[in-house]
Amino acid sequence: MRLYRALLRLYPRSFRAEYGEQILDDLATRRAAAGFVGRVGLAAETIADTVIAAGRLHTDLLAQDIRYTFRTLRRAPGFAATAILLTAVGTGATTAALAVADHVLLRPLPYREPDRLVNVWQEDTTVGGHNVLSPANYLDLIASTTAFEKVAAYTPRSANLVGEGAPVRLEGHLATGDLFDVLGRSAAIGRTFTAADAEDSAPDVVVLSYGAWQTYFAGDPATLGRDISLNGIRHTVIGVMPRDFMFPDRRTEFWAPLSLSPAALGPGYDDRTNTFLWTVARLADDVTLVQADAQLDRTAADLARLYPDENESLGILIVGLRGTLTRASRTMVAAVAGAALCLLLIAVTNLAGLILSRGLSRQREMAVRAAIGAGRERLIRQMLTESALIALAGGALGAVLAWAGAPLLARLVPTSLPIAETPAIDWRFAALAAAAALVTALACGVLPARRAAAGASPSALRESSRTGSSRRTERLRGALVVAQVTISVALLVGVGLLAQALWRVQARDPGFDPQGVLTLRTSLPWPKYGPTAPRVAFYDRVLDDIRALPGVDAAGFITGLPMEVGGLIWETTPEGGAAVGPRQRMVGLRFVTPGYFDAMRIPIRDGRDFAAGDTFDAPFVAIVSQSYADRHWPGQSAIGRRVNIAFFDRLIVGVAGDVRVRGLERESEPQLYLPAPQVPDFGLMASPPKDLVIRASVPPLSLLPAVRGIVARADPEQPIANVALLQDVIDGQLAPRSTQLAVLGAFAAFAAGLAAIGLYGMLAFAVGERMREIGLRMALGATPRMIVGDVLARGLRLAAGGIVVGAALAWIAGRWMESILAGVSPHDVRVFVTAIGFTALLALAGTLLPALRASRVSPLDATRM
Amino acid sequence: MTNRHPSPESQLPLPAATFHILMALADGERHGYAIIQDVAERTNGDVRLGAGTLYRSIQRLLEQGYIDELSMRERPSKDADDARRRYYRLTAFGRAVAEAETRRLTELVRLARASGFVARKV
Repeated sequence: MRLYRALLRLYPRSFRAEYGEQILDDLATRRAAAGFVGRVGLAAETIADTVIAAGRLHTDLLAQDIRYTFRTLRRAPGFAATAILLTAVGTGATTAALAVADHVLLRPLPYREPDRLVNVWQEDTTVGGHNVLSPANYLDLIASTTAFEKVAAYTPRSANLVGEGAPVRLEGHLATGDLFDVLGRSAAIGRTFTAADAEDSAPDVVVLSYGAWQTYFAGDPATLGRDISLNGIRHTVIGVMPRDFMFPDRRTEFWAPLSLSPAALGPGYDDRTNTFLWTVARLADDVTLVQADAQLDRTAADLARLYPDENESLGILIVGLRGTLTRASRTMVAAVAGAALCLLLIAVTNLAGLILSRGLSRQREMAVRAAIGAGRERLIRQMLTESALIALAGGALGAVLAWAGAPLLARLVPTSLPIAETPAIDWRFAALAAAAALVTALACGVLPARRAAAGASPSALRESSRTGSSRRTERLRGALVVAQVTISVALLVGVGLLAQALWRVQARDPGFDPQGVLTLRTSLPWPKYGPTAPRVAFYDRVLDDIRALPGVDAAGFITGLPMEVGGLIWETTPEGGAAVGPRQRMVGLRFVTPGYFDAMRIPIRDGRDFAAGDTFDAPFVAIVSQSYADRHWPGQSAIGRRVNIAFFDRLIVGVAGDVRVRGLERESEPQLYLPAPQVPDFGLMASPPKDLVIRASVPPLSLLPAVRGIVARADPEQPIANVALLQDVIDGQLAPRSTQLAVLGAFAAFAAGLAAIGLYGMLAFAVGERMREIGLRMALGATPRMIVGDVLARGLRLAAGGIVVGAALAWIAGRWMESILAGVSPHDVRVFVTAIGFTALLALAGTLLPALRASRVSPLDATRM
Repeated sequence: MTNRHPSPESQLPLPAATFHILMALADGERHGYAIIQDVAERTNGDVRLGAGTLYRSIQRLLEQGYIDELSMRERPSKDADDARRRYYRLTAFGRAVAEAETRRLTELVRLARASGFVARKV
């Protein structure tokens, strides 16, 4: 019988109370009449029967509750819509933001044991900063280090793909044979390359990214084994990497073997200052990052001793793969995630307030239902069903919001990481957010239901709804409102600071005029354009034709656009200049053609622009930026001075305005420009001009077809890439910042609005409940003004509490945001005042309506209630 | 009360368990266990209601007004053994529903026969 008694617990409580004894009686009778075998059969039969019947009973109740909920919510559409929307906004924002944070900060990179992978840098221990390695130092380093299981070096290389439709520019990397072993990934089809493929005598092979395979070869499996032309050299496609594989960033479309033999590197192979190798290594088993670092420090010291001239003050630095993420990107992502959590918190507290007051206002209804026989358990169950339905609907809507919003947040994902651009919306986060909403909804639903059920006495029926809220519930609601105001003030301050930072950055003068400029890239392949003469001929022909187009004001080529990677950092020796350290003598070096400064509207402040006469046979000349001239020849003219750079002495013929080559956010070193023809054949292969800038008086993009035709006539195999408006290049730089501001701004606006609604809801409810009391007071002589004053004071007291705590929180948290504020003080008084004022206004708005309503209470009506 | 009931036809068809319970109550009031026994006898043991199924059905039948429960005064006094048991009986509405179901089934069987189906002993 114990079994049967236990089985009874499966039934809903109301059913058990009603029929439990009967069922046990019946079973006892049957059991007594049966033999042993019969009893076993009865037990088996009863278990099956109980499970089925209990399941049906619970389903019946659920269906009944759901029907009831739909009926009641239809009668309160405002409540239903608000509650569902609150849940949706909170869960949606949190899900999307957490997905981005997880994607950028936490999710393992697409390699085997990615935590064991590190980048190796060389650092200059006197001037700071880290740099890539030279082949000579790299080879010595891997020969003397045991801390690594495997090491590979790689260097960016883009290539013109010709013969597959229109010529295109592929971004790729050359890498030593061990690269794929280090990363621990194999090809999706075909194979990756090995050390044997990197031998000088081996045939040229290439491994394609999944994206390149799809885009340029339509995902055709027959691509494998085909010969394709990269920069005019036949390469055999030996493999395609899996879709999720990216290295070292998501833009890389192919990988080809890199040989570090003296023959392959050519003259300068042992030049230790010729740094162009990125390094990725897998730590050996049982070696920690710290141990590896210590070992490499010794290696660095050895290298410095052996080659004191070139390796003076050499240090070696190793950083985990995700360590390349800047502090600013981390903070940005974390700030958005934090703000989303705040929004969830505020939505959930608001929901709590909403459900609490609804529960209280339904006490009469509960009492009626209890009086006609609904058990306490049924009432609670009913309230829970309602809350759960709201949470589910809100959660589902929130998931849709997150899914729709994720592409917007994708601009927060830094390009420097080998991860997809759009974060996958992870259902774990949706579940987490939904669970938060569900728990709140349930908890807030239970409390009033229990109270209602407990107090569902006949007295509740007789009294008016005034019996509603106890002091405790009111205090709870008050606390919720204070929390909401707190969070929204903190968020508003954060947004204000970021807006200031964005304005400050946007207001910076880039040093050129980005309006009305079309830019595109024609990277001339090597060795075809290794010699200087054909390259210059290409520039001349293209520029002449473009300048002849109607609507073109000026055009020129440069090594790399400002604010994009592409220039070189080079040490200069200014003749007769002030004696300063090597760091002060560094410049951003770029080769340009005549017309570049005009096209960019970079002013020539002294001397002249480059001209057609600055050929290889003419005297070597240079143009420096104003800051370079001021640094080395303060108060004097730089014209006619000599400077040694890039293996030659050059005469300074012009001084140009400074340009923020490193972007609006960062300080840039001075610039030095050289004329495109003044470089020896096959010299400085990374730096010939490739970016074309065209200033137009017509809409710049309308020139594109003509420009394409001109380039194709100059060289039919030459692709055009990176077509953009210069303004977009700048905006793209600010995209993470402006996206973050837009997202946080939306969050903060929501939060502040919700806080005001929360305040309004609470006060309106309190006023509604106190009608009788207010009426009585007015009957006893209180003026409407006094009543308004009371309600206002109550609302504003709560708001003030929230504002004080929120401002204090923001003050403390500001320090943490400093790295993304571009110099704006985290304690900017204007921002604090604005945020506080805005919140106070909203709070006032939320308070005023209920206060006015209270003042219009008619004493007669109220006392009659 | 009765005129608040919907038409008996609107309740059809009845679930098999429901119909069996109504049949068991056709000739007078019974308690739960007696219903189980009666149904089993009537069907030669083919239909054996579990206690849970029975009381779930009874709960619904009470809600729908097909049956009602006897008050203490109305109980058969001689049945001293079953003092704790609760007795149920058919209401007029319940009887009307059961009769409507009988009509429906009879008509169905008539149609089946007319189309040539013959019930054979198996």
